[in-house]
Amino acid sequence: MNTMILDAGNAAPAATGQVEQDTVETNIKVSETVGQPLCKDAKLSMRNVNVFYGETQAIHDVSLDIGRNEVVAMIGPSGCGKSTFLRCINRMNDTIESCRVEGDLTLDGEPIYGPKVDVVPLRARVGMVFQKPNPFPKTIYENVAYGPKIHGIASRRAELDEIVENSLRRAGLWDEVKDRLDKPGTGLSGGQQQRLCIARAIAVSPEVILMDEPCSALDPIATARIEELIDELRKNYTIAIVTHSMQQAARVSQRTAYFHLGHLVEVNDTETVFTNPQHELTEAYITGRFG
Amino acid sequence: MTDLTQDQVRERIEQSLAGRHRKEKLFRGLGIASIAFGVLAVLVLFTDIISKGSGAFVQTTVQLEVTYDPAVLGIDKVDEESLTWANFTGVVREALRERFPGVSGRSEKRELYSLVSTGAPFTLRNRLEANPELLGQTEKVWFAADDDVDTFYKSLDDSAEGFRGRTSDQMAAWVAQLADSGELKKRFNTTFFTNGDSREPEQAGIRAALVGSLLTLMVTLALSFPIGVAAAIYLEEFAPKNRWTDLIEVNINNLAAVPSIVFGLLGLAIFINFFELPRSAPLVGGLVLTLMTLPTIIISSRAALKAVPPSIREAAMGMGASRMQVVLHHVLPLAMPGMLTGAIIGMAQALGETAPLLMIGMVAFIVDVPGGVTDPATVLPVQIFLWADSPERAFVEKTSAAIMVLLSFLIVMNASAVWLRKKLERRW
Repeated sequence: MNTMILDAGNAAPAATGQVEQDTVETNIKVSETVGQPLCKDAKLSMRNVNVFYGETQAIHDVSLDIGRNEVVAMIGPSGCGKSTFLRCINRMNDTIESCRVEGDLTLDGEPIYGPKVDVVPLRARVGMVFQKPNPFPKTIYENVAYGPKIHGIASRRAELDEIVENSLRRAGLWDEVKDRLDKPGTGLSGGQQQRLCIARAIAVSPEVILMDEPCSALDPIATARIEELIDELRKNYTIAIVTHSMQQAARVSQRTAYFHLGHLVEVNDTETVFTNPQHELTEAYITGRFG
Repeated sequence: MTDLTQDQVRERIEQSLAGRHRKEKLFRGLGIASIAFGVLAVLVLFTDIISKGSGAFVQTTVQLEVTYDPAVLGIDKVDEESLTWANFTGVVREALRERFPGVSGRSEKRELYSLVSTGAPFTLRNRLEANPELLGQTEKVWFAADDDVDTFYKSLDDSAEGFRGRTSDQMAAWVAQLADSGELKKRFNTTFFTNGDSREPEQAGIRAALVGSLLTLMVTLALSFPIGVAAAIYLEEFAPKNRWTDLIEVNINNLAAVPSIVFGLLGLAIFINFFELPRSAPLVGGLVLTLMTLPTIIISSRAALKAVPPSIREAAMGMGASRMQVVLHHVLPLAMPGMLTGAIIGMAQALGETAPLLMIGMVAFIVDVPGGVTDPATVLPVQIFLWADSPERAFVEKTSAAIMVLLSFLIVMNASAVWLRKKLERRW
C-alpha cells in the first residue's frame, strides 16, 4: 500500500529533510488514508476528526486539508459520512443534539470548534449550498440581500443593491432575474433556485463554500451551468463539494477524497483517483462494483 | 408450492379484485354516511334554533295616541328634575283608557294596562327629553307590547288561535281589534341589540352580554397569544430536549384536557380570593379563559412551528443567522398563519365557554352595559344560560336568538381562521 506523505506522521521531524513535510503538522495519525490528504497552503485543515451520533460513530479519525482556491470533491457510497464531514466544517451539525464532534478543525489556523468560537461569523466565512435548492420564501432581492443585511455588511441601500447585483452576476443569474427581483425566489426553476442559493451564499463574501450535492435535484443542463459556475468561483473561493456523480467530481475538482463507511480511504489528485486509484476500495467504487 | 400458470394467476387476481372493490365501496360509503350524519345533525340544530329564535328579532308593538298632559304628568316644564318624577305611567294608562273607553273595574283595567310593556313610560320619558316642546301636545307613539301579548300575537295561527298563557280572552280580543286597525304591528326589534338584560323579556337585550364577551375576549387574546406563542417558540426552538421539557409538554397536553370548570375554581381561588380582583369582571374572566386557551394556542403554535420545513432553517443558519434571527426572520413568518388559526380557534372556544365564568361570578344579573374590564359583566353563553333558566315563555325565543348571535360570531371567527390560513399560506 502506498503511504507517501502518511509516513510523515510517524517519522521523526526533519528526518527526511523535505521542505514539503516541514510545513505539515507532524504529530498526526493518518494511518488509514492513502494518497495526499494534507497540503501545504491549507485554507481548512481537519485533523483526526471523529463524529458521533449518540453511540454510533459516523466519522472515524479523518484528517484532510483543503487548499486555498482549491475544489475538493468528496465522493463515496451513500451513508459513508461525506455529508456529515462537510457539515462539521461550518458546524451545521450543532443543531443535531446527539451529534458530537472531536478533533482539530481550523480555518486559517483559527479553531472552528471551541467554547470561545461564535458560529455566526464562522458561517459568514464558510457559506453553504444545500442538496435541495432552499431559497427563502421571499423575493429574489431579499434572498440575496439577507446575508449582507444580518451581518451589517451594507449600510446603504445603494451598497446593498450593488452587492445583490454582483452576487447574482457571479452566480450567472443576473440576466435571467434582473427584471423580476421583487418576485419570490421560490417561483424560479430548480436550477435557477440553486444558483440563487449560490448567489445568496457568496453575497457575504465567504472564504469557503461548502456544497452538499448541489446538483442532485437538477437536470443535466442546470447541472452543467452549476459546474461551470463552480469552476468560475474557484478563483475567489475555496470549495468543498460532496457529490454522488463521479463525472461531476472529475469535472470540477482538483483533488478528490473517497469516503467509505466513515473512513477517509483515499485522497489524491482527481486525475489520479479516476485513472490510477491507489486503494482497492476506491478502485472498486469508481469502476462501479458497488455504490 | 405448486407453480401457477399465468392464466391461473390472472384468474386469482380477478377474484381478489372483486373483494377489493367491494371493500373500497364500503369504506367510501362509511365515510359518506358519517358526513351525512354530521350534516343532518347540524341541519336539525340550525332549523330548530332558527325556527325558535327568529321571532326574537321582531317585536310586537302597539301604537297609542298619547297626550303629554302637564296635569297628568304633574310637571309644568321639562328639565332633568321634573323628568325624574313625572308620571309617565299615568300618561300611558290614560292613552290606553282612551283607546278602549269601555273598560271598568280593577282587574279589567289591570289587564288593559298590561297590554304594553312596563318599559313604555321610559319610551315616553326619552321622547319628551329629546323634544321638550311636546309637553302639552298629542302624538302617536309605538310602544313595545308586553311579552305575553308579544308571544300570543306571534303564535297566532290561521284560525286566530295562539299560545295563551297569561293572556285572557278579553286581552286576545283587544289584540285582535288593534291588529285589525293596524295599531298592532311586528317591527324589527332594536331593543334586543341595544339593551342589557332585563326581567321583562320585551326589554331584554344582548348588548351587555356582547360587550362583556368582547371585553373578556380582548383580555384573553392580549394575554394568551403572546404568552402562548412565546412558550411555543421557546419549547420548539430553544429548549433542550430533556426530561424537564418532556414533563412540561406532558403537562401542557394535560391542561388542554382539564375540565374548564376547574379553571373557574382556580380563577376564583387565585384571582378573586387571593389577588382580590373584582368579581364578575371581564378582567378575571379573561384571565381564567387565558389559562384555558393557553394549552390550545401552545399546542397549535408548536405544530405550526414544526411544519416549517427544516430546509428553511438550514438555509438561514447556513447564512450565519443567529438562532433568534432564524426564528424571527424565517420560521415565525412561515408559522404565523398556523399560529393565528390556532389562536382564533382558541378564541372561538373561549367565546363559547360558560362553566368557568359561572365560578367567578359572571353569572350575575347585569343590566348595564359594562364600560371597562373591571365593571361587572356577563358574557353571551352565560346570558343564554340565564335566559334558558327564566320562566317567561318569551325568553325561549330570546334564548334561541342569543344562540344564533353566538353561533354567527363563531362561524365568522372560524371562517376567518380558514380564510387567513388560505391567504397567508405560502408554498415552498
